[in-house]
Order: sequence, then structure tokens, then C-alpha cells
Amino acid sequence: MTGPPGEPEGGAGASGRLDARRYASRMAEEGTERRGPRTKTAAIVPLRLPPVADAEPAHDPRLGDVDAFGRSERVRALVRKAYDPLYRHWFRAEWDGLDKIPRSGGALLVANHAGAIPSDAPVIMHGIESELGRPVYGLADQFFKKTPVVGTLWARAGGVVAHPDNAYRLLRDERQLALVFPEGTKGTSKTFNERYRLRRFGRGGFVEIAMRAGVPIIPIAVVGSEEAMPTLFKLPSVARIAGLPYFPVTANMALGPLAALPFPAKFRLKVLDPITFDVPPGGERYSRSRIMDESENIRQQIQEALYDMLRRRSSVWFG
Amino acid sequence: MGRRILITGLGTFWGGRLAQAMEADPSVEVIIGLDTHEPRVKLERTEYVRSDENYSILSRIVRATGVDTIAHTFLVVDSTQMSSRSMHEINVIGTMNLLAAASAPGSTVRTIAVKSTALVYGSSPNDPYWFRETDKRIAPARTRVEKSLLEVESYVRDFQRDNDTVNLSLLRFSNVLGPDLSTPLSRALRLPLVPKVAGFDPRFQLVHERDVVRAITFALANELNGTYNVAADGQLPWSEILALAGKRSIPMPPVGITAATSPLRRLGLVDLPPEIITLLTYGRGVDNRAFKAAGFDYSYTTAGAVEAFVQSLRLRRTVGKRAEYRYEDDVESFFRHSPAVLRNRPDADTDA
Repeated sequence: MTGPPGEPEGGAGASGRLDARRYASRMAEEGTERRGPRTKTAAIVPLRLPPVADAEPAHDPRLGDVDAFGRSERVRALVRKAYDPLYRHWFRAEWDGLDKIPRSGGALLVANHAGAIPSDAPVIMHGIESELGRPVYGLADQFFKKTPVVGTLWARAGGVVAHPDNAYRLLRDERQLALVFPEGTKGTSKTFNERYRLRRFGRGGFVEIAMRAGVPIIPIAVVGSEEAMPTLFKLPSVARIAGLPYFPVTANMALGPLAALPFPAKFRLKVLDPITFDVPPGGERYSRSRIMDESENIRQQIQEALYDMLRRRSSVWFG
Repeated sequence: MGRRILITGLGTFWGGRLAQAMEADPSVEVIIGLDTHEPRVKLERTEYVRSDENYSILSRIVRATGVDTIAHTFLVVDSTQMSSRSMHEINVIGTMNLLAAASAPGSTVRTIAVKSTALVYGSSPNDPYWFRETDKRIAPARTRVEKSLLEVESYVRDFQRDNDTVNLSLLRFSNVLGPDLSTPLSRALRLPLVPKVAGFDPRFQLVHERDVVRAITFALANELNGTYNVAADGQLPWSEILALAGKRSIPMPPVGITAATSPLRRLGLVDLPPEIITLLTYGRGVDNRAFKAAGFDYSYTTAGAVEAFVQSLRLRRTVGKRAEYRYEDDVESFFRHSPAVLRNRPDADTDA
């Protein structure tokens, strides 16, 4: 029997009948796909359920404002306040084409990633949040989540573990902006002599997520992060012992206790034209060759934009 | 003819609660409860059968009573309650025998609900923030309880594949909190200083104990088929749960935590098994939308479940612990079977 169940027998109370009707109407809406082809001998008599909460949402006595991604708007506001002088007076960040970022709806922001401790992520997040007034979630390696204190602060300030499901939920269900660096640690671990030469864009997973979520990809080219904290050389053995993805020796280490402070390189950010894909969203799998082509195409666009910006740049510090 | 229901683990918290909920339903004709020890809640018409922990007599019971519905609530998910050996007997061997009895030739069983746990997803820094029913766990299972539950689920999946005339719903509940249930988490939350892992503030998704019973009755009533996550809306950081409970926290070192908590364990205050410590480090969230799409409404959110728990703590502080019901064999069988007891009175005094 696959159809909706009948009314309960006379013995059932009023609420039992009510539930049966609700259930029957739901079954009618959803069809029979939920149960599949089944043969049953016993008649289906719905049990009476304990009283169901009314249509209004259940009472939710929350105290904090930490959302399901671990982000807290209060913490984020504090971070913005603290970071604003750095953004405005230290990096003197300047945007080009900020109007290409949509005011609402999900979009995947894709940028180049550089600097031993990359400043591009906070600059992009701070810039969009303070200029457009909408939150940006930064997708990053789970390395952060493993680290005590840092991991918690990182999540409160908008960091999200870069799992495809998390990105999909952010983009499609929550319709938010998500920022991703497809180069990952390959970008941040490269030494200064390789600056502004983009690494492989992973395996193109970001394209697949955008296709599945049905959102545009917005490429952003960032100039300045390479010079803010240049890596002179790396110490792989130290990284192995410390359990870090890489251990850089940066020029900033000459500052001694201020080694974590980036140099005041001029930041220029250029938002490129959004890229949309004419594929149906929600698919399980998309053409691998198409994904790799699109991924390479986006990498090329950002690379060309970077070369163009570097051609126009007369000074690392003054732009 | 009404439904004939068999409940495993009648003597446990969940079996007892579920039997009470079933008794309130007039369309349920027969309720049989199986356990190794006596029920601890007051029951009106549930028949209690004492069995060994791995249900070797189960197929006989199923044949003799012609039950059409089984609620398998007896899966041990709290590893502090018993040795890993008896946990294996109850979880793996018990489930195996149960499913064997249900799929025996001529079996009358048509609907089964299995109460599993979101513990099968594990907890690791690589996890998605919402596990879906189809997701595999990321970190390999290390603890005994997780391994045994994964084994149970593989038996359940085999059963689902082999028996397409039986509706089996595998319900994975997230951590339960509520006025009456005692779990490692609720015991931790009762301490004056609640342990936390220093430097971590993981997301928790809970479910209220009442919603657990409602979810099982819902799955049976609607003959759901498949796997469903059952967890309330809302993921809260551990710090916010403590704030709701009005508790201060005591940080424990992220490494060597088992040694650090051993004084608490010795004092019998709190026993935090490894799977709970991992949870306190990385947290876990599940996607509850499939069960909602099937028609279930939660009556509590995660924060609401914490609030209900806190209110019961306050009440208990004032009036003390409520007396437990004591099962007396002779009295119970008198009430159930003696011809002197009037049955089916319209104004039956249910609270006698």
C-alpha cells in the first residue's frame, strides 16, 4: 500500500484524527516517493502522537549571536573596529569594481592568495563588509580549527572549514558571500622570487560548488599581499616537527617581536566580471573537463589582471 | 485489529518512556517490552518479558505474539555505563538477533524503528558543519562504542536491502538533554564547574528527550523507511550552553585530557569518555531537514532543550529527586491479568 493512510478508527481521539489528516495532506503533496514500492498486509493506522508544537516556531531562548557557522556578528564588529586602521592607513586598500559584487544572494568570491601570513583574506572580508555592509565567510583549511584559541577566534570572525557541504549550504541555502582561495597553502607558501605567479587552482572544486549551488563566481585580483609578508625561504623540517603546513622565514622576522606585523604595502583589489555557468544547479556531478576548463579560465583571468595591475604599479609602498 | 508492538530495552530510560507513550494510544493493542531488568517507570498495560541481553528468545516471542512493529531502543551509546564486552553483546549481538527474528520466514513484522545516534558520524576538525544522512564519517572510529554502533548500522543496512516489505527507519539522534535523562553531558552540566577543553568552543546540537520519544512514535506511526537525523534546530557553542545553564567553566588541557579528568572520574563526579572529549573539542552538527520534510515538528530548539534541563535542575535543587517507581512482579501481574481488575473503563483512572 503506497497511498495515504485512512482515517483512524473510531477509538482514536480528536488529536489523532487531526494528525492523520495532516499526514495525509503531506503525503498527497509529496507523492509516494518517500516510501517507494512496498507491499504491506497490515492496515496503516496512524498512532496518536504526543501533542505537537503549533505552527509557530519553537521557543528559542538564545543568549549569544554565534550562528551555525560559528560566526558572531559582535566579534566580527570588534574585529572590524580593530582592523580598520590597518585597512585604511597601513595598507591603504583601494578597490576597483566593487559594484560587481551583488548586494544580495549567494556568490563565490575567488582570489589569489599570498604572504606567509596572508593579509588578503582579512582585507577582502573587511573591505566588502564595511563598504557593502554584508557579511563574508572565509573558507579555509581545517588547520585553523585544530588550533586552540586561534580556531575559535577564526570561526567567530567568519572563518569556515572549507568542506564542499559547508560552502554549498552557505551559498545556496543561506545565500551568503563566501570567499575562497583555490591555491590554498600552495599560494601562501611560495617564496618571494615567485610572487604573483599563480599556483594550480586545486582540483577545481570551487567551480563545481558554484555550479551545484547555482551562484556566480566573482574573481578578485589582489596586489600587495605578496610584499606585506614575503617569504625568503622555508624550513620544511621545522614545519614537520611543529605540524604546520609550512614554516616560512620571512623578511618581517627582522622586526623581531613585531614579526607578525605585515609591511605597509599598498593594497589594490580589482573585482573582475562575475562568471555564471549555464548548468542546472543541484546536480550530483558535473563534467570534469568543463570544471577544469572553467577553473583554468578563472585562474588565467586573475593572472592577467595581476600582470595588468603590476604594469601600472610604480611603487610597492605607494601604488 | 490494532497494532502489536515490541519494545526492546523496556527497563532503560527510552524503552520505558516509549512504552508510556504507546499506552496512551488506543490504536495500539499489545505492547510487549523486553529487557534484562525490570521497568523503572509505571506502566499500565505493557507486558514485560525478562530476557537475556542478546535476545536469544526473540524469534520465539515474535512468532508467538505476532507483533507487527518493533521499536529497538536498546542500543548503548553511553560507554561509561558498562564494559565494552557487554556493550558489544547488547548492541551488536542483540541487534543481529532482533533483525534475524524480524526477517525469519513467516515473520509478521512490518515496521521497525532503530534508535541510533549521531555518534556514528564521529567528530573531527575536517567535518562538514552539518552531516547529512548519506555522509560517511571523516575520522575513523576509535572508541569501542563507535565501532559497535557502526557495526549495528551495517547490520541494519543489510536488513534494509534484503527486506523490502519491512519499513525500517534508522533514527540518528544527536546528544539528548532533558529533565530526566542522565548522560555524560548532563552529568557534566550538573557540576558546579563544568569542564571544557581549553581553547575550544565547539558547536553543539542537542535534542530534547521528549522529542526523542515523539520522533520514534512518529517514525513508527508513519512507517518511515530510511535513515534520518534527529536533532533540534540550532547549533550552540558550548560556552553559550554554559551561559544558559548559568555555570562557570573549568578549562582542561587540550592534550592529556584523560589524565586531567581522572580525579573527577575517581570522585565519581563526571566520567568523560574519549568520544565525549572529542565532541567537546570539535563539536558536531547534523542536517535535520530530511526528518522535518517527512513531517516531524520539533517542540524544542537546542537552546530550548538546555533551558528545560536548567529548569529541572532548579526544581530538583528545591524539592529533591523524585522517587523512582518500583516494579513488583506480583502486583504488576495482578493488575494486568487478574479478572478482578476492571478493564476498558471509560473513566479509567490512569494515575492510580
